[in-house]
Amino acid sequence: MSTSMKTAAIVGAVAATFAAHATTASAQDQVKCFGVSLAGENDCAAGPGTTCAGTSKVDYQGNAWTLVDAGTCEEMELPAMADGSARMGSLEALDRDLPS
Amino acid sequence: MFDTDHDGLPAMPGVGYKPQHFNDILRDAAPVGWLEIHAENYMGDGGRPLAQLRHLSERFPISVHGVGLSIGGEDPLDPDHLARLKHLVSWLNPASFSEHLAWSTHDSQFLNDLLPLPYTDTTLIRVADHIDQVQEALGRQMLLENPSSYLAFTQSTMSETDFLRELARRTGCGLLLDVNNVFVSATNLGYSPIEYIDAYPLDRVKEIHLGGHDEDEDDHGAPLLIDSHGRAVVDPVWTLLDETLDRTGARPLLIEWDTDVPDWATLRAETVRAQEALTRVLA
Amino acid sequence: MTEQHSFRAPLLDADRAIPEGLTDGLGRPAGARYNVYRNNVAVSLTEALETGFPAIAKLIGPDNFRAVAARYLRAAPPTSPLMMHYGAGFPEFLKTVEPLAHLGYLPDVARLELALRRSFHAADHTPADPALLQDVDDDALMSCRMALAPSAHLLRSPWPIVSIWAFNMRPGSAKPQARPEDALILRAEFDPEPLVTPEGGAAFVTALIRGESFGSAMTAAGDSFDVGVMLNLLFTHRAIAGISFEDTP
Repeated sequence: MSTSMKTAAIVGAVAATFAAHATTASAQDQVKCFGVSLAGENDCAAGPGTTCAGTSKVDYQGNAWTLVDAGTCEEMELPAMADGSARMGSLEALDRDLPS
Repeated sequence: MFDTDHDGLPAMPGVGYKPQHFNDILRDAAPVGWLEIHAENYMGDGGRPLAQLRHLSERFPISVHGVGLSIGGEDPLDPDHLARLKHLVSWLNPASFSEHLAWSTHDSQFLNDLLPLPYTDTTLIRVADHIDQVQEALGRQMLLENPSSYLAFTQSTMSETDFLRELARRTGCGLLLDVNNVFVSATNLGYSPIEYIDAYPLDRVKEIHLGGHDEDEDDHGAPLLIDSHGRAVVDPVWTLLDETLDRTGARPLLIEWDTDVPDWATLRAETVRAQEALTRVLA
Repeated sequence: MTEQHSFRAPLLDADRAIPEGLTDGLGRPAGARYNVYRNNVAVSLTEALETGFPAIAKLIGPDNFRAVAARYLRAAPPTSPLMMHYGAGFPEFLKTVEPLAHLGYLPDVARLELALRRSFHAADHTPADPALLQDVDDDALMSCRMALAPSAHLLRSPWPIVSIWAFNMRPGSAKPQARPEDALILRAEFDPEPLVTPEGGAAFVTALIRGESFGSAMTAAGDSFDVGVMLNLLFTHRAIAGISFEDTP
């Protein structure tokens, strides 16, 4: 099995590199860094006043409305690539941990 | 019945902890006396939030302040959420646990706001039952906080202060007095804040909250204050704090600042003013 | 209908009348005072989505994002008090939003942001000792099983989702090229990093996640797979949580 011989040699070499420099980064230092929370946080504050977001009477059931501003999507040229392609179907199975 | 298990919070100023202040807090030579966290933000499985909390808890007394238990809800308490809370409280062993006289979950929908309830015999029994369950599950006394009110219920048959007094008597819970909430509610509903304080069961108060509010107007042009926690505490609220401390003596004082969170120096300046209020009452 | 049902129903529906029995404290109807709660709910959930999906907000612009969020939060209010998990259905919801249909990559970029958030809050782990593989023989290597860190996620996409994310979130990143990218999200310590998975790597990682042997993962990865590059990536990001040599049938 020459293929696996080669594989074992490659894997051994990579592992040796990391084994030599194992676990130098300290969790203690990392915890001190400022980190973005990456998520909405819970708090007990109230929103601004009585207006806008909560009371505007628009048809929230409808899916068609006019886009009002433009984001960075306009700067990217990604033409109709693989919309609805076969690979799209493989997303579900591989996306770990996401509860249904 | 749960009174003696914990030392509680020190009668010093504390702040609501924000992750962006982590480095500043550790670098500050004379930081605050204690920190308060929102329980729900530390119910993940791991990562930086829990690592930071473990680190801070070695140096500061921590107050766990829940915002999602829906103690005032018509539905039974969410057993999963209570279990998460129990887990957090058992590994962290905080100096205090508190929640709100409010509801936020109904029919499995969580609305992410502290919603109001009428004060009646029916709601009294229900809330007392929920507090019993929480104290039973956690094996410790909890504190309950008075809400900010924007409206009143015609159904209510008792005052908020009577409602809180009776809850404390039935369950043995402590109270968290939010002085800004008193000021906001009193302005919004047209009563005297100091009369509210005088009617409050002050012997049960183990923590005091202070925060900033926004000013708006109702349909009749009357002032409508919003509990935004987005600015400095205003002078009339500091005055109300002085009058409260004259009656209670020194208590743990928390500065809450949750939206438009300022830099550490600005937040720290608020705690200096809180310390002055404590020093004055101790003199 | 219960009291709290009556109070809740108009919170997310401005067309419904304000609940009865609410006053301003002086006996007058509460009127717009109820809108404080309507506003609190809508604003706080919108902000949670903005914080959770910053790349989507940049891609479609802040006003469009708030319009989409206003629809989503009414279609799918939170079912858990943990705001750190809110928005799990947002990627699927984006597929139903007609005015965004021409941006086929949006749902997958949203899935990437969701996976970054899950990785951020995932359980901590102790990385496996690389020395375990240093002098391993062929049979042992091929039959061993590698457990990935709980914070490691794989997302396959026909779109260049990692490049699109970087273009929006990391100033100075190159403009995305039209190509498929499989995103591998690894968290060495506390900060998740979205990486483009090398060729064959997605099949390799998928096999490992499924608990298949190293040899079986190698077969799945195909001939053009460079195992050295892949292991380098995994060890660099401390993503291997365990290596077991028991040959479980």
